[in-house]
Amino acid sequence: MANETITRAHLSNSVYQEVGLSRNESTNLVESVLDEIAAALARGEMVKISSFGSFAVRKKQERVGRNPKTGEEVPIASRQVLVFRPSHVLKDRVNNYLTKFRVKLTKKRGASGPLQKSARIVPSAHTRNQRGLS
Amino acid sequence: MTKSELILRIAALNPHLYHRDVERIVTAIFDTMTEALERGDRVELRGFGAFSVKYRESRVGRNPRTGSNVVVEEKYVPFFKTGKDLRDRLNNFVKK
Repeated sequence: MANETITRAHLSNSVYQEVGLSRNESTNLVESVLDEIAAALARGEMVKISSFGSFAVRKKQERVGRNPKTGEEVPIASRQVLVFRPSHVLKDRVNNYLTKFRVKLTKKRGASGPLQKSARIVPSAHTRNQRGLS
Repeated sequence: MTKSELILRIAALNPHLYHRDVERIVTAIFDTMTEALERGDRVELRGFGAFSVKYRESRVGRNPRTGSNVVVEEKYVPFFKTGKDLRDRLNNFVKK
């Protein structure tokens, strides 16, 4: 639990099981859904998926940044960034389930630096006692 | 664009499919992602972005209106990081 990575393959498998289409066509449908969302965002449109969340494009002004290593000032050009706002339904579902089962998401630092997530389940009171922890 | 508009577009691209099947397909995609996040799993869609769940520790917050201290319980929040290709696409860089 809680350490699997879902990919396009999983999504197309769900589509395959939901409707009687070929695997190939299911894969294409997943791709075209993602592509339609990306295209709308590229046009500057907001994309709202009810009970999931909304994606919006935000314009960032040009600003002066700094190379953290050298302290050198570098201009950061104005750009557009994507923000995802999860819907309340998604937030509640994620929070309720994980809080209930006390799934612990721990931060691990990978070799290359960026934070990676792995998860483990907090041992029950029983196992903690056995280990003399609690 | 809303979910129903997305369904209409996908339906227009696939005239051989029934509208209600397209609806089921789009719903199945987002349901699968929701269920994964619910379990704490990560959803990684190369080129598009990745959804993950972040843990937020409990903290003492403040009621901005009254200034009184309030305990904010620990929580898990869904998070999205934009993929490189999509980020470039938003800034009109053409993919090589």
